[in-house]
Amino acid sequence: MISDNLPALQVVLPLLSAPLCLLLRKPVLVWLYCLVICVISLAISLELLHQVLATGTISYEMGNWAPPWGIEYRVDEVNVFVLLIVSIIGSVVMLYSGKSIEHELPPHKQTLFYAAYMLCFAGLLGIVLTGDAFNVFVFLEISSLSAYTLISLGQDRRALTAAFQYLIMGTLGATFILIGIGLMYMMTGTLNMMDLAERLPAVMSTRTIHAAFAFLTVGICLKLALFPLHLWLPNSYTYAPSAASAFLAATATKVAIYVLLRFVLTIFGVNFAFEIMPLGEILMVMAIPAILVGSTVAIYQNNIKRMLAYSSVAQIGYMILGISFASVTGVTSGILHLFNHALMKGGLFLALGGIVYTMGAVRIEHFKGLGQTMPWTMAAIVIGGLSLIGVPLTVGFISKWYLVLAALEQGAWPIAVIVLIGSLLAVVYIWRLVEAAYFNQPEGEVVVREAPIQLLIPTWLLIGASIYFGINTDLTIGVAMQAAELLLSADR
Amino acid sequence: MISLDNLLPVILILPLLAAILIRIIGESHPNLRESVTIITAIIVFSLLLKLAGAVMSGMQPTFVIAEPFPGIPIQLTLEPLGMIFSLVAGFLWLVTSIYAVGYMRGHHEKNQTRFFMFFAIAISVTLGVAFSGNLFTLFVFYEMLTLSTYPLVTHAGSDAARRAGRVYLGILISTSILFLLLATIWTWHLAGTLTFVHGGILSGTASNYVLSIILLLFFFGVGKAALMPFHRWLPAAMVAPTPVSALLHAVAVVKAGVFSLIKISVYIFGSETLINLPGREILLIVAAASILLASLIAMKQDNLKKRLAYSTISQLGYITLGALLATNAGIIGSSLHIVMHAFAKITLFFAAGAILVAAHKTEVSQLDGLGRRMPFTFTFFTIGSLSIIGLPPFGGMWSKWYLALGTLEAGELVLLATLMISSLLNIAYLLPVPLNGFIRRSSDPEQGIKEAPVNCLLAMTITSIACLILFFYPDPWYHLATMITF
Repeated sequence: MISDNLPALQVVLPLLSAPLCLLLRKPVLVWLYCLVICVISLAISLELLHQVLATGTISYEMGNWAPPWGIEYRVDEVNVFVLLIVSIIGSVVMLYSGKSIEHELPPHKQTLFYAAYMLCFAGLLGIVLTGDAFNVFVFLEISSLSAYTLISLGQDRRALTAAFQYLIMGTLGATFILIGIGLMYMMTGTLNMMDLAERLPAVMSTRTIHAAFAFLTVGICLKLALFPLHLWLPNSYTYAPSAASAFLAATATKVAIYVLLRFVLTIFGVNFAFEIMPLGEILMVMAIPAILVGSTVAIYQNNIKRMLAYSSVAQIGYMILGISFASVTGVTSGILHLFNHALMKGGLFLALGGIVYTMGAVRIEHFKGLGQTMPWTMAAIVIGGLSLIGVPLTVGFISKWYLVLAALEQGAWPIAVIVLIGSLLAVVYIWRLVEAAYFNQPEGEVVVREAPIQLLIPTWLLIGASIYFGINTDLTIGVAMQAAELLLSADR
Repeated sequence: MISLDNLLPVILILPLLAAILIRIIGESHPNLRESVTIITAIIVFSLLLKLAGAVMSGMQPTFVIAEPFPGIPIQLTLEPLGMIFSLVAGFLWLVTSIYAVGYMRGHHEKNQTRFFMFFAIAISVTLGVAFSGNLFTLFVFYEMLTLSTYPLVTHAGSDAARRAGRVYLGILISTSILFLLLATIWTWHLAGTLTFVHGGILSGTASNYVLSIILLLFFFGVGKAALMPFHRWLPAAMVAPTPVSALLHAVAVVKAGVFSLIKISVYIFGSETLINLPGREILLIVAAASILLASLIAMKQDNLKKRLAYSTISQLGYITLGALLATNAGIIGSSLHIVMHAFAKITLFFAAGAILVAAHKTEVSQLDGLGRRMPFTFTFFTIGSLSIIGLPPFGGMWSKWYLALGTLEAGELVLLATLMISSLLNIAYLLPVPLNGFIRRSSDPEQGIKEAPVNCLLAMTITSIACLILFFYPDPWYHLATMITF
C-alpha cells in the first residue's frame, strides 16, 4: 500500500510537515522532527531509484484521476537521479542546521526557518516529480517563495535586499514560465507533459509555440542563473544563513536545470529545440562567458561565500555547456555535473558555515592561520576546492572528463580548451584560500577552536561523498547515461 | 604469501601507513619516527627487488584498483620501464631518508614530522606513477604527485616559499590540465582505449597532423619533464629543504616526467607512428635547445642548488631526446639515463646540502678553499660531476653512449653534436665547484676539518659507490631497458 504511493508521499510528507513545525514551536523539537522527515524522504527516493532501475518508469495518478485529465507524477531515470541529490542534500543540510541555525538565528526565527526549509524542500521535490507542466509552475512558486524567506532570515541586513532582488528576478522568471505554459495550453489544450509531447508536433511550426519556447527558455534560465541572468545569485548565497546557502546552492539551481532538460528535451524534443530552434548555439554562447567571467570574478571576491557563489555561476556554465551539445555524452556530463557539483558545493558551503560559527564571518582575512586552528574544516575546503578544480579522484574530475570528451566528439576543441582554462581559474581562487590558511599565523590573541562536531560530520559526509563518487561511479555515470539516452531518444 | 599482483598495492600502501604512523608518533619521539621511515623504506625496496626478479623473467604483475569510467580502470601494471623507475626511486628513498635525518636535525628545520609525513606520501605516489598500467592511471598519480609535493616545496612557509610554490603549482598544474589532460581525453576519443600497449594505440586513428598536435600536447603537458619553456618550476622548487631537492627534484618528480614521456612514446605512439610525425621534428629541436640553453644558464648560476637544477633540466632534455629518437638505442639510452643521472645528481644535491649544513654556504663563489675543510663531501661532488659528464669509470658513460648511438641510428648528426657540446658545457659548470674548493685559498681564517653529519656522509658514500658500480655492472638495467625497445 505504502510502496504504491511513494511518489505522492515524497512530496506530501515534507509539505505537510511545514505547518506542523509552527505548532511544535520549540526549535530543538522542530529540528528533530524535520530531520526525521528529511531522512524518510531520502529513504523514499532511494526506494524509488531502486524501483525505477528495476522496473522502469513509474507513473502515479494523483487521486486516481487518469492522465491527461488528472495530475500525473512520473518517475524515470532522469528525475529519480535529481530526486536523490535533492533529498541527500536536504537531509545532510538539515542535520547541519540544528547547531548552525541555533547559533546564527534568534530563537523566534528558528522555527520559521525550519518551516520555510521544509516548504522549499517539498517544492523542489514536487518540481522534479510531477509530470504536469502547470504543476511544475505551482511547485516552482512554493519553492521560490520559501527560498526568498530563507534568504531574508540572514543575520546581515543586506539579506533583505538580496531576498528582494531574488524575489523580483525569480518572479520575472516564473511569470515567463507561466506564459510559456499558457501558450502551450492554448495550442494543445493539455498540460500533461507526455500528452504535450504528443500533441505539440502538429502545431510545432506556429509562432505561438515558438514564442512559448522562447518564454520558457528565458524563464528557466533566469531560475537557473545562467549568465547574464545570474545577478540575483551572488547576493542571495552571500547573505543567507549558512545552512540556507548550502541548501539552495546545492539544489535550487540544479532543479531548474532539470526543468530545462525536461521542457526542452522531453516536451519539445531535441530536434525542435536544437535544429529548428537555435537553442544549442544560444546556450553555448551564454555558457562560455558564464565559465570564464564567473571564475574570473570569483578570483576578486574577498567574501568567500560570494566567491563560491560566483564559482557556482561558472559551474552552472559547465552544466549548460554540456547540455548545449545535445549529444549523449554532453547531456550525460550536464546531469553528472548537476549531481557532482551539488555534493562539492554543498560541502564547501557547509564548511564555510563552520567558519562563520567560530569566526563570525568568512572574509579572506578570517582565513589566516585556519590551517592550524581549524584543520578539519580547512581540509574539507581544500578537498572541495580540488574537486571544483577537477583534480582526479574527485567528482569534479569525472564531470569535466565527460564535458571535454563531449566537446572533442563535436570536433570543438577550442571549447575543450575553454573548459580547461576554467579549471585553471578555479586553481587561482581556491589557492588564495590555501595560501591564506596555511601560510599565515592566526592573527592576534584570539584562540579559535575547530567547528563543533555537529557541523563537521555533515560537512565531511558531503566532502567524503565527493571523493567516493569520484572513484566509484557505477551509480552516477550509469544513471546519468541512461537518463541522457532517455531524454534524447524521443526522435522528433 | 602475497601474490605478485597484490604486492603492487601493498607497496603503495606501506609508505602511506608509514605517513600515518609518523603523524601519530610526531615530534615527541623523533628517533622512533625516523626509524619508521627507514624500516618502511627497507621493506619497500626488498619487495621491489622481489618483483624485479619476476619482471626480468618476463612477467607483468597487474592489479586493478577501481574503475571510475566504464572501460578506464585505475590499474597498476609493472612493466620493465616502471621496474627501472621504481627500483631507482625506492632505493634512493632509503638513502635519502638516512641523509634527511642528519640534514633536518643538523639544519634545525621546523615541522619535521610534517616533512617526513609528506615525504612518505610523495614516494607512494611516485611508485604509483611507476606502476601505472594505463594513461589514465598515470595522469591520476601524476597530478597527485604535484599536490603531495607542494607542502614539501613550501616547507619553509616563508614568503619566498609561497612565491616559489605558486610557480611550482602554477606551471605543473596548468600544463597538466591544459595540455596533458586534453591529450589524454583526445587519445581516449580517438583510440577508445588508454592501455599501454607495446607498439602504440594511436597508429592510424587520425592524420599525422592531428597526431602531431597530440604529441606536442603530451610533451609540453608533462611539465615535470621540464622541457623548455615550461622549466621554471624546477629552479623555483629549490627553495625546498635539500633532501626534497635531492630525491624529488633530481629523482622522483622529474624522472616521473621523463618516465611518462618514454611511456607515451613507446606505448601510446609506438616508433612506427612516432617517426613519421612532423611534430616530432619540432620537439627534437626543442629538446636540443633545452639541453644547450639550460647548460648555458647553469653556468651563470651562482647559487649551487639552482645551478644543479638547470643542470637537471639539461639532462632531462637528453632523456626526452632519446624518447623522441624512436630508435632502440635511443630508448635504451633514455631508460639508462634515468638511472645514471639519478644516482649522480642525487650525490651532487647531497653534497650541496652537506655544505649548507656544515659551512652554511649556498653560493658557488663562497666555496673557495672549502674542499680542504670538507674533503669527503667535495670528493663525492667530484664523482657525481664526472658521472654526469659521462666519463668512465662512472655509470653516466653508458647512458650517454647509447644516446649518442641512438642519434647515429636516427641519422641526426646535429643532435649528436648537441650531446657532445653539452658534455663540454657540463665540465664547464660542474667541475669548477670542486676545483675551487680544493685548489683556491679560502679568505676564511678557520682551518681544520669540519664535515657534514655522519648520516649525510654515509648517504653520499652509498650513492658515489653506486655510480662506480653502475659502470661495471649495468647489466640488470640494460636487460630491463632492452625489454621495452621497439
